[in-house]
Amino acid sequence: MLKIKNLLVKVENKEILKGINLEIGKGEVMALMGPNGSGKSSLANTLIGNPIYEVTEGEIFFEGNNLLEMKPEERARLGIMMAFQYPTSIPGVTIREMLLAVLRAKGLTVSALDLKKQIAEEAEKLKVDPTLLNRNLNEGFSGGEKKKMEILQMRVLKPKLLVLDEVDSGLDIDALSLIAENVSEMVKEIKMSVLVITHYQRLLKYLVPDKVIVLKNGEVVDRGSKEVVDNLEKEGYKIYE
Amino acid sequence: MSKKTDQNKLQDTPYSLGHTDEVEYEYQSPTGLDEDLIRKMSAMKKEPEWMLDRRLKALQIYEGMAMPTWGGDLSPIHGEEIHYYTRPKMDQAKSWDEVPDAIKKTFEKIGVPEAEREMLAGVKGQYDSEVIYGSLKRNLAEKGIVFLSMDEGLKQYPELVMEYFGKVVPIGDNKLAALNSAVWSGGSFVYVPKNVDVGLPLQAYFRINTESAGQFERTLIIADEGSRVHYIEGCSAPSFSSASLHSAVVEIFVKKGARVQYSTVQNWFKNVYNLVTKRAWVEENAEMKWVDGNLGSKLTMKYPSCILAGRKAHGELLSIAWAGAGQHQDTGAKMIHLAPETTSLIVSKSVSKGGGRATYRGMVQMVPGAYGSRSKVVCDALILDELSRSDTYPTNKIMENDVILEHEATVSRVSEEQLLYLQSRGINADEASTMIVNGFMEPVVKEIPLEYAVEMNRLVGLEMVGSVG
Repeated sequence: MLKIKNLLVKVENKEILKGINLEIGKGEVMALMGPNGSGKSSLANTLIGNPIYEVTEGEIFFEGNNLLEMKPEERARLGIMMAFQYPTSIPGVTIREMLLAVLRAKGLTVSALDLKKQIAEEAEKLKVDPTLLNRNLNEGFSGGEKKKMEILQMRVLKPKLLVLDEVDSGLDIDALSLIAENVSEMVKEIKMSVLVITHYQRLLKYLVPDKVIVLKNGEVVDRGSKEVVDNLEKEGYKIYE
Repeated sequence: MSKKTDQNKLQDTPYSLGHTDEVEYEYQSPTGLDEDLIRKMSAMKKEPEWMLDRRLKALQIYEGMAMPTWGGDLSPIHGEEIHYYTRPKMDQAKSWDEVPDAIKKTFEKIGVPEAEREMLAGVKGQYDSEVIYGSLKRNLAEKGIVFLSMDEGLKQYPELVMEYFGKVVPIGDNKLAALNSAVWSGGSFVYVPKNVDVGLPLQAYFRINTESAGQFERTLIIADEGSRVHYIEGCSAPSFSSASLHSAVVEIFVKKGARVQYSTVQNWFKNVYNLVTKRAWVEENAEMKWVDGNLGSKLTMKYPSCILAGRKAHGELLSIAWAGAGQHQDTGAKMIHLAPETTSLIVSKSVSKGGGRATYRGMVQMVPGAYGSRSKVVCDALILDELSRSDTYPTNKIMENDVILEHEATVSRVSEEQLLYLQSRGINADEASTMIVNGFMEPVVKEIPLEYAVEMNRLVGLEMVGSVG
């Protein structure tokens, strides 16, 4: 489903990804781990087409589409969605208005009323305070509320590939397990693939990965299955020094 | 033909109201302004002697005053080239059926279709100098609500007009108010009796339909004690190549405990000079709210004011200015706190783009004895490119200690982060930036009637196409 080959990426002329190779299959959960500054978020941002990240070499293909030739919105319409680490606020725009525009941009005919109902139902499942749905998206929301809003968007948009960028930062254990539960459910229900980026092992107890990749200084230093995580928990990142 | 092309260049996005309606004119004054014209106008209108005297006095004051040297560039206005009085050849139509088809179509275009008109308590349409269409729901007339053209108001309620006309905007207030006081024609006269709630809004629509015609309407609203009314005005003009002048005066009296909202959406063609004086007198426990949308015109200079004269009076101005290529929106507000425990709020938002210039110019004044008063001023500017400009000139004159004054100002751009966020969900760049700009304007736009809000959002969409690199 997703194939990344020998990916080299620069930001402001500094090389931050130095030849990444990875593959994620349909319905697979891949954990992308590594210490701070190892290039995890850079990889995620390159994947969604953040223009700050300049690809100097390599390929990214998603279901046979060359992502590097596509704008962020085109990638999104293929079914790629990132749950941001720090979702930005959009003054004057509610989540309903945004999702309506998103679904319509995909060429779908959506009734605003049906969508409103669906969003309200999903919000209830995620224990999101319903008043947030009437407010400007993410404006003045707590860290946990913002993350739940990202997951709510996932529930409505049903992406083929979800990129979870450090979703565990600043979340309490209840919120974390709720989010992991929701993501796992989507993996089961619609065979959604997941690239879960995390610094810690905590989240991976709830969202068990099929594959694990460890990055350090922009390079893959380890790959394997769940035992890589267990090993990291015991030893820490120092084993890669 | 060639003219049309030129005008399209002037407007960088399609202007849907740029056509000229086929209206027959009974009289158009030669260009220029003198005493003879004023006498002739007043005679044609069969005005009482005292109104003619006021006009002549105003003309004298106008001639003795210099044009303002602050604000925008007024030098392209050539008074001797303007037709000050242009009278359409028709009596005011009382029913929609009597309105000529061409004008009906324009009403439909500005988004006031038949269904929407049902949602209004009354409608007035003014072409050039005269009101040509007017209606008021019968049950409202029975409650004693008066909604007339200013000329008709003067005929039917001379004593009220004599008492209030020029009371809050004196004829010598400023040069343009003096000009209006000399050559005024049309506008609305509204009286709402004690404790009457008009419910649905009253709407007036102003159009300059003739090349080089000036429009100088005069509006007087008297909301008696405990009453409530919402008055809406919309403005447009055809795409003429020579500049037009619109210089209105609006006076509002909000009596004890009354509430008035006055909403304006001006979408003048981009060669109209829009120089307007709007002021409200607000008594005890009364509330005045100006909602002001400035989208069109070449230059707008407008600072709606509230004189908070009674204890606990409240004044509010919510405004949005859009300054596109070749436009200067010099707008703001004045809040004069004369009484204790008076409160005011100014929220001014502007968007400048393509070399446009948006200026906030405002004043909050609190006199000795206005203790316990409070004012908050919020100015937010969104600048969309390097060519554009935004300035803020707030003035505070605070002569009382026991007051609270807050001022917040922000200048921002459409952030890359917000764009990426929306794009990463599947919204293209143009639409994403439109959404961000509309979102920025939303706190003010949500206060204006739906048909205008839709039009404003649509306009932003047109302006934003291709604006993101």
